[in-house]
Amino acid sequence: MNIVFSLLAILVVIAAAVLGAGVAKLYFLFGVIIPYASIAVFLVGIVSRVVKWAKSPVPFHIPTVAGQQKSLPWIRNSRLESPHTTLGVIGRMALEILFFRSLFRNTKMELRNGPKLVYGSNKYLWLGAIVFHWSMLIIVLRHLRLFMEPVPSFVFAIQGIDGFFQVGLPGLYITDILILAALSYLVLRRLVDARLRYISLSADYFPLFLLLSIAVTGILMRYFFRIDLVNVKELAIGLFTFHPVVPQVTGVLFYIHLFLVCTLLVYFPFSKLLHMPGIFLSPTRNLANNSRMKRHVNPWDHPVRVHTYGEYEDEFREKMKAAGLPLDKE
Amino acid sequence: MSGPKLKPEELAGKISHEIPRKRPTEPSVEFKHGTYNYSGTPKSAEYLQLPNPRKWQPTDPDWQLPENWKQIILEGLRDRLQRFRSLQIFMDVCVRCGACADKCHFFIGSGDPKNMPVMRAELLRSVYRNDFTFAGKILGKFAGARELTVDVIKEWFYYFYQCTQCRRCSVFCPYGIDTAEITILVRELLSLIGVNIDWIVTPVANSFRTGNHLGIQPHGFKDSIDFAVDELESITGIRVEAPINKKGAEILFITPSADYFGSPHYYTLLGYLALFHEIGLDYTWSTYASEGGNFGSFISHDLMKSLNAKMYAEARRLGVKWILGGECGHMWRVVHQYMDTMNGPADFLEEPVSPVTGTRFENARSTKMVHICEFTSDLIKNGKITLDKSRNDHRRVTFHDSCNPARAFGLIEEPRYIIRNSCNHFFEMPENTIKAQTFCCGSGAGLGTDENLEMRLRGGLPRANAVKFVKEKHAVNFLGCICAIDKATLPPLMEYWVGGVDVGGVHELVGNALVMKGEKERTTDLRGDPLETNGTAAE
Repeated sequence: MNIVFSLLAILVVIAAAVLGAGVAKLYFLFGVIIPYASIAVFLVGIVSRVVKWAKSPVPFHIPTVAGQQKSLPWIRNSRLESPHTTLGVIGRMALEILFFRSLFRNTKMELRNGPKLVYGSNKYLWLGAIVFHWSMLIIVLRHLRLFMEPVPSFVFAIQGIDGFFQVGLPGLYITDILILAALSYLVLRRLVDARLRYISLSADYFPLFLLLSIAVTGILMRYFFRIDLVNVKELAIGLFTFHPVVPQVTGVLFYIHLFLVCTLLVYFPFSKLLHMPGIFLSPTRNLANNSRMKRHVNPWDHPVRVHTYGEYEDEFREKMKAAGLPLDKE
Repeated sequence: MSGPKLKPEELAGKISHEIPRKRPTEPSVEFKHGTYNYSGTPKSAEYLQLPNPRKWQPTDPDWQLPENWKQIILEGLRDRLQRFRSLQIFMDVCVRCGACADKCHFFIGSGDPKNMPVMRAELLRSVYRNDFTFAGKILGKFAGARELTVDVIKEWFYYFYQCTQCRRCSVFCPYGIDTAEITILVRELLSLIGVNIDWIVTPVANSFRTGNHLGIQPHGFKDSIDFAVDELESITGIRVEAPINKKGAEILFITPSADYFGSPHYYTLLGYLALFHEIGLDYTWSTYASEGGNFGSFISHDLMKSLNAKMYAEARRLGVKWILGGECGHMWRVVHQYMDTMNGPADFLEEPVSPVTGTRFENARSTKMVHICEFTSDLIKNGKITLDKSRNDHRRVTFHDSCNPARAFGLIEEPRYIIRNSCNHFFEMPENTIKAQTFCCGSGAGLGTDENLEMRLRGGLPRANAVKFVKEKHAVNFLGCICAIDKATLPPLMEYWVGGVDVGGVHELVGNALVMKGEKERTTDLRGDPLETNGTAAE
């Protein structure tokens, strides 16, 4: 049901683009107004969400560490798995954000007769995730060539590497293949693996389908139904420089692609895609393991009821006296 | 201990990781004997001034919740979202990638899909979506939102008391989502409407009143310590001093109360006493702060703070320089990650320096409390004590990393260094089951009750299985650990799943091996078992 619901939602999005841009030819709406509105929702949404997170304080110092602490000088501490310095934390976060360190640790449990539990290394999820995210990043950066004139040289560099194999014409980008493969894997594992199927919600299928649709429409435009890039670039630069022009692009595929991207932007701040900014603020990862070295202050700290030594001695004085224990008050 | 009716192979045969095709949208829970804990008694709840004290049991159809229970929970949740960034982020960022699913010992041992950490969190997250998010409000069930009902409360009670706050899932989560944090906060919410378990509220009430979970009064405390001193004398021929409530001592020593009242903890206590005598430590025990553990931490931040306050208060009253802490798991989570924040600053104490070696414990310079394993490994490194490893030759040792020392502060090498210097036969369990990836004993966070035994044995299966592996491979017969709950709950776990493996503290091994000046020739270990005579011990 979750899957059907998500697929239907995608179809509705595509139908809206077909009807709006393809049939009704509302090019200015779909090419200018909606993209601007989406970016606004995206930015305001993300910023307000991060501000909301940041407003909640971190009352306690609760890193989850995965390695040896810094203690005695002769014990080698794990600088990245259990960092005790800011630099170490930056390193740990960088490993997490750029290379998905924790996912890389993933194992697979199996219960055999005996009972005998075995744990095998399981890097498929890590591989699928890292291939998708890096491909996505490279593809987004490649798109900068549409928004900027002159095109920055690093974009050409990325393009050059990505198109290294120079297969076919127009040149095939490796990331186009990789992102399709990775996304397909990420969808399939949710369908095939019983555990994943059990835990998956519409909110898990929908963004995957959305990203797949964006990738597919993009690939169709590049390799199969070529559109006039000059017009696209004119539109993109107009948007980018806040001098929007009435779009001259006519291909409905382009508007579907763009509308799907806008949907992604709008969906982002209200969904699990918030894991992107969220990881930076996760208190179990971004705090140093220096809890006993440096006092952490809880801004909402409040007094609690305590049982003082005086009250304790009052209650047990006679017994303490009989047992020969020292007393504060005789 | 009342054993479960099922034999180990029968219980193992019942564990299935087959997952139902459909995720149930309605909350449902069945309270089967052996898998849940009895409710908190009104007497303890009243003593602690907790809301809604009453007689009730989870199997009752009517839990006698307050009229406005729903409002209390939702307002409590709103309040905590605003006070804990952790909660707010953990509610928002989970992508349900499933990496945590098979990392939980309760899922491994029960096969219950709601014991996958992601699902445990979803039990709360679904309510969060329903009442606190835009998508949940407009899309409802399609967005995975659920209305808060009494059945949801029952489900929370069952599953959040089926989490031992071990944080293993948090190590594997790409965002570090920490189920322990969610569990503590949900238990806090449940506590607001009087839904508690007795194995937490009664020890907390005891600890509040008498200074320790077991409710031992000061004279009883002195009796146990005196008894231990006698016992140690009969083994070693040396009468050690064990000062109690001594003002002006250099160091205050605090350890879990089970150490002086439980077995096999007791042998670790003998180890401490022997060690402190041998190095001539100027220290004191305290009856007021006679508990290292903190069951308050299993139920609410306020109760954690309330019980923990005694440590600094007593250190100040006695005028010690710093505090030394014994072997305990969650105690050390509280000491390492909460104490300074909750009850500090400890500006009336001094930066800890070992009086024997002069080593400055810089890692404890603010909190001013040192872990006994840090302290002892420093003694060994500096050659301040003599250890005759052969006295542990009858022990073939493996080491269970307790969850909290491993994942809250990375106390990995210190205990191993001590073990390697105290015995000749040490074998590690498989990598995926130790250090940061260690498996829980299955009974932590207040779940170690007799009535919950089946679930404990299920949850303890991964740990037991790893011990069994080294038992079969290396004939291991001793499971070392540094946690009082481990010492209480691993023995029945070993007996059930493994057999022939004793459980004991690292400082029991130290106590066995410690060569004391003027001691008589030892014929038994601290347990009174004869030392091996055919090995190097006879030389």
